[in-house]
Amino acid sequence: MNSDRHLKELLPEKPSELKRNLSIFLLISIIYASGSFTNFSLSKLLGNLKEGADLLDRMFFPPDFAYAKRLLLPMLETIQISFVGTVIGSFFAIPIAVFSARNISANKSVGVFFRLFLNLFRTIPALVFAAFFASVFGFGSFSGMMALLVFTIGLVAKLTYEAIENIDPGPLEALTAAGAGQGAIFRYAIVPQVLPQFLSYVLYSFEINIRASAVLGYVGAGGIGEYYDRTLSFLKYDKAGTIVLLTFFVILAIDLISARLRARLI
Amino acid sequence: MELLEIKHISKVYPNGVRALEDVSFTVEKGEFVSIIGLSGAGKSTLLRSINKLVEISSGEILFEGKNIALARGKDLRLMRRDMGMVFQSFNLVKRSKVITNVLAGRIAYHSSWRSILGLFPKEDKEIAFKALQRVNILEKSYSRADQLSGGQMQRVAIARSLAQEPKLLLADEPVASLDPLTTIQVMDDLKRINRELGITTLVNLHHVDLALKYSSRIIGLREGRLVFDGPAKDVDDSILELIYGRQLLSNEIFGEEHEQ
Ligand SMILES: Nc1ncnc2c1ncn2[C@@H]1O[C@H](COP(=O)(O)OP(=O)(O)O)[C@@H](O)[C@H]1O
Ligand SMILES: [Mg+2]
Repeated sequence: MNSDRHLKELLPEKPSELKRNLSIFLLISIIYASGSFTNFSLSKLLGNLKEGADLLDRMFFPPDFAYAKRLLLPMLETIQISFVGTVIGSFFAIPIAVFSARNISANKSVGVFFRLFLNLFRTIPALVFAAFFASVFGFGSFSGMMALLVFTIGLVAKLTYEAIENIDPGPLEALTAAGAGQGAIFRYAIVPQVLPQFLSYVLYSFEINIRASAVLGYVGAGGIGEYYDRTLSFLKYDKAGTIVLLTFFVILAIDLISARLRARLI
Repeated sequence: MELLEIKHISKVYPNGVRALEDVSFTVEKGEFVSIIGLSGAGKSTLLRSINKLVEISSGEILFEGKNIALARGKDLRLMRRDMGMVFQSFNLVKRSKVITNVLAGRIAYHSSWRSILGLFPKEDKEIAFKALQRVNILEKSYSRADQLSGGQMQRVAIARSLAQEPKLLLADEPVASLDPLTTIQVMDDLKRINRELGITTLVNLHHVDLALKYSSRIIGLREGRLVFDGPAKDVDDSILELIYGRQLLSNEIFGEEHEQ
């Protein structure tokens, strides 16, 4: 009894939960408001469930396996487009990330400029980039590659500069104290700390780019995307299902490979 | 000639904190000096001013007669190369191998391109291994730094600063994150390096009795001012009260039970 009272007296005042409760309330309100704004209705969702199931049935039971053969080359092209776009885009993302990171940026206003630029960049959908490049370079895989490249810069640079901002500043300080210059500090204190994350962002964006190339088909950007366009506009759902399955396996394979790679890097 | 001359330096941080006020002292070659004082007294600011990690507001710091405040670019890097620094938090690149961490101490000996490409000459690797051997951790050369214990990390950090072949070693609370036993090992290492290689050593210490045990000279800081500078044997209770402004708390004395 006595010690109980002691504990109470010693305990610091309980922190207020007002802020947390307000946040939860706000979040629920936002979700509710968005739902009513988009005319979301549970009954409509459930009522149309059967039609959705029908479509899935036509797509996958069974898919058109014979069609898969014809898809292999375009799939390869999609992988190529995505790969080149990812690699080149990631390469250009590096200096942009370095200029954007607040903790290492040489110049404050340069950092503000690059971060603004990145945010602007990321609000533009890949499809818009594709349309833009198609109008510049004409329809085809080059325009698709350029769209993915630019999209990759935005994604990888943003994630990487955030990773750079979260590194341990200790080694930077130690190398500065040892008389190292900017380049050596980058190489020996920053790169080792962000390399695993950077590479996993690159792999992640490779996956996204393969999926995105389906959409890019609509602007004639080459690869598997065109086949989506063809099959869906002719209501060949079994063929579209085959494309979905193939894409799924490719992404699964990339995911497995990147999991392996990441495990070795960390 | 003195290795280091601190002349009337003051430091006011941008937020208005006056961390150092008119501090002056000189350090001769080969000395082992401890700087003591309460937390917030300005010990770190003082040490970091010496290699210009902190820019002083006024006064002069002369290292081998050269004013470091005026040094820029390559000149500054060469001056920093001659001063090793050891930190409380070790500041190793945890993902890199021990030997890579130590080789980083050689960077300022080469052109940027050469070190960026990792083209360290054979002699550099020898220097790095010797430095690791000196702190008895050679067998960990190819381990990743994050696999080491705190005491081992600090010894690697010391090896990194030794690889710089410095004339001055600055140690900012090098044992504050270590347990009592490794504290003794690391302090012994610092002392041995000072004796055997003749590297002048300036060390910030939180524990008074470590300072008294290991150094020949004590500098006492209180609220940014130098309030004592003299031989360790002259430090008595009245001087400790001058530095700390009150009786010492038990956690500011390292404690006899740890010293075997
Ligand atoms: N970067 C900084 N910006 C503003 N004030 C600082 C900064 N670094 C230290 N200070 C302040 O300067 C004073 C001295 O700090 P410091 O040199 O770290 O003391 P010590 O190492 O003796 O604990 C403290 O009041 C501290 O809060
Ligand atoms: Mg300090």
